Amino acid sequence: MTERETMEYDVIVVGAGPAGLSFAIRLKQLKPDVTVCVIEKASTIGAQILSGAVIEPQPLDALLPGWRDNPPPICVPAAEDEFWLLNKTGGRKLPVPPGMKNHGNFIVSLGALCAWLAPQAEALGVDVFPGFAAADTIYNEDGSVAGVRIGDMGVAKDGSHKAGYTQGIDIKAKVTVLAEGARGSLTKQLIRRFALDKDSDPQGYSIGIKELWQVPAGRVTPGKIVHSFGWPADNHTYGGSFLYHLDKDRIALGYVSGLDYSDPNYQPWEAFQQWKNHPLVKSLLEGGTILSAGARAIVTGGYQSLPKVEMPGALLIGDTAGLLNVPKIKGTHQAIRSGMLAAEHLVANNLEPTGYDSKLRGSEVMSELKKVRNIKPGFKKGLWFGMLNAAWETLTGGASPWTLKNKADWSSLHKLGRQEEPKRDYAQRDLAPRDRLAGVYFAATEHDEDQPIHLHVEDTSVCVTRCAQEYGNPCTRFCPANVYEMVEDDAGKRLQINAANCVHCKTCDIKDPYQIINWVTPEGGSGPNYQNL
Amino acid sequence: MKILVGYKRVVDYNVRIQVKPDGTGVVTDGVKLSANPFDDIALEEALRLREKGVAEEVVVVGIGPADLTAHLRNGLAMGANRAIHVVTADAVQPLTAARVLQKLVEKEQPGLVILGKQAIDDDANQTGQMLAALWDRPQATFASKVEIANGKVTVTREVDAGLETIEAELPAVITTDLRLNEPRFIKLPDIMKAKSKPIDSIEFASLGVDKHDQLKTTHYAAPAKRSKGVMVKDAAELVAALKQKGLL
Repeated sequence: MTERETMEYDVIVVGAGPAGLSFAIRLKQLKPDVTVCVIEKASTIGAQILSGAVIEPQPLDALLPGWRDNPPPICVPAAEDEFWLLNKTGGRKLPVPPGMKNHGNFIVSLGALCAWLAPQAEALGVDVFPGFAAADTIYNEDGSVAGVRIGDMGVAKDGSHKAGYTQGIDIKAKVTVLAEGARGSLTKQLIRRFALDKDSDPQGYSIGIKELWQVPAGRVTPGKIVHSFGWPADNHTYGGSFLYHLDKDRIALGYVSGLDYSDPNYQPWEAFQQWKNHPLVKSLLEGGTILSAGARAIVTGGYQSLPKVEMPGALLIGDTAGLLNVPKIKGTHQAIRSGMLAAEHLVANNLEPTGYDSKLRGSEVMSELKKVRNIKPGFKKGLWFGMLNAAWETLTGGASPWTLKNKADWSSLHKLGRQEEPKRDYAQRDLAPRDRLAGVYFAATEHDEDQPIHLHVEDTSVCVTRCAQEYGNPCTRFCPANVYEMVEDDAGKRLQINAANCVHCKTCDIKDPYQIINWVTPEGGSGPNYQNL
Repeated sequence: MKILVGYKRVVDYNVRIQVKPDGTGVVTDGVKLSANPFDDIALEEALRLREKGVAEEVVVVGIGPADLTAHLRNGLAMGANRAIHVVTADAVQPLTAARVLQKLVEKEQPGLVILGKQAIDDDANQTGQMLAALWDRPQATFASKVEIANGKVTVTREVDAGLETIEAELPAVITTDLRLNEPRFIKLPDIMKAKSKPIDSIEFASLGVDKHDQLKTTHYAAPAKRSKGVMVKDAAELVAALKQKGLL
């Protein structure tokens, strides 16, 4: 075997999302002679970015002062806000909570925004490499992070090398910046290796499922922002919707389910489709077509779950650290801020990560999270308590002397038959897509079938024995892309993993009750090809 | 020997093509663009011929707007020695493309031109044949195997009846079929090397090519949607339904 090729940079960034690209831009603005590259597993920048997204523009103003003269391709100023409590057939419009007032904000496609940021980074001398997955981290002799190892290309399903086999190179850097988004696969390893979460609560997540629709002319009010809660979620399941009116007769819509749900039979994808068939939503969509669709985990643990964000040779920014503001349902402004802060810290400290953690905790990024820290955990006690608690926390600006605890999402699942689960009052639905497979088509996800399965299940015998009995194989229900199936053939019952369907949302890695599913990067360039999500 | 390779940029094959609501074209904003897969095969074949010592230089050619350079850099990262960018903001039809290539052939004097058999956007399958005619040189289309020796090229072609092997004098035009080879993966260090490889920009207007389009596109439309299926209870109902539709 030939020796592995190596490239060297001062700084390597893993992930070309808003955090990673903002970091790279800020770094080059401050210190043009520092070398930095950004690697991205998607085949093109933005193709695996999925967000609502309504963004607060202030951090973008600070990063790129002239951006409003040259805005990203989808950028609609927020107009009116609406906030609804739904029941199955109707609902009630409520006053808009302060955190959800969007005057001055913009509705964007975060994917398109990243595709718009990347050339601006390149113009400053950043090397941006889409189509390359960081499969592993590499370490120096003293144990500090030395960079990343790019995944091999051309490996067959059985691990043998195909004709075009190309060994992944090592990229070595003084600092490795993890900007992988929620539940980053390298971040997960590093948190464990450096015990970064030993002083914080377990991280919490939700799953967001989104579609972009082209609807018949005349239905869209560009800039209108509608959020709802209530039906189809029951009082003990954290769930809510977003519906944003874009320009050109397009509507971005989605449904977020807290992954701390307890009913093993809950299906986040079905909840989204149910909500779409609510009369208020359906009337907007009927006769339209889906342009693109997908799903992504969202990090919701906030203040008390934030791990230490620095370690020898590396640091965490954006959602892979866990900076999203839950009541605002916004993380982009936090991602950009943390990226800029990290760049400023590294430049001021001769590329030394030490001290970034306390800088971040002393910044407005953290004070924003502190104010809202008790809101999401309050909903664990049910919708009505959650609402009252949210009102209290909002009124007092988070001044309560207590901080509610977060628990790991995988631990919240009830065992079958132990509790009475909520009766789901679901409707007959007829809007596309019919099922998850039909939905995955709109994600345009593509994995070469002849490559190793990138969803590692440590022990699949558990699936047919303990898990089937205790939870009824919830992976077959929480996955929005129908990756996991229990099949029966001559050899008996077994788990079948349709890895080619995977949209890289990371829900299985988070929610699997035995924590034996490990999501790793597939061959670079594989995965969903979202358009304007 | 020098090999000229056509390297067209198209909407990526994984993208779900969407027709613009006004029917004037397909949506390309925010859509992933990449090399025409048959052109990647053409480039791979040229690189293999260079690696075998049959050719010394591989030149990729692209016709398109200013931002096409990023696409040509991919061809350079795959291994081409240099690139020629014929700059035009207008869409180019096959005959125009063939005329442009003819001008470049006159200038570059390659021993071989390898093109994709067709581009996956317009599926025209014409440029290679037209170039051979304009250049008055042999053509070997739908190649699944290429061997070069003694100034001659032996090409195995995929035809309806099976495989056909033909021999042609060089210089010649070859168009590639799917099974000719499997293009290599681009390596990161090669992307860096490609940054310093030359791209010659030539204004389309300076070539003196007649840009008279023979075809006019009137409109684009998505394929008609299939109507919903009907569930039947049993065979009798199925037979009755088929009879009613006059299918039995």
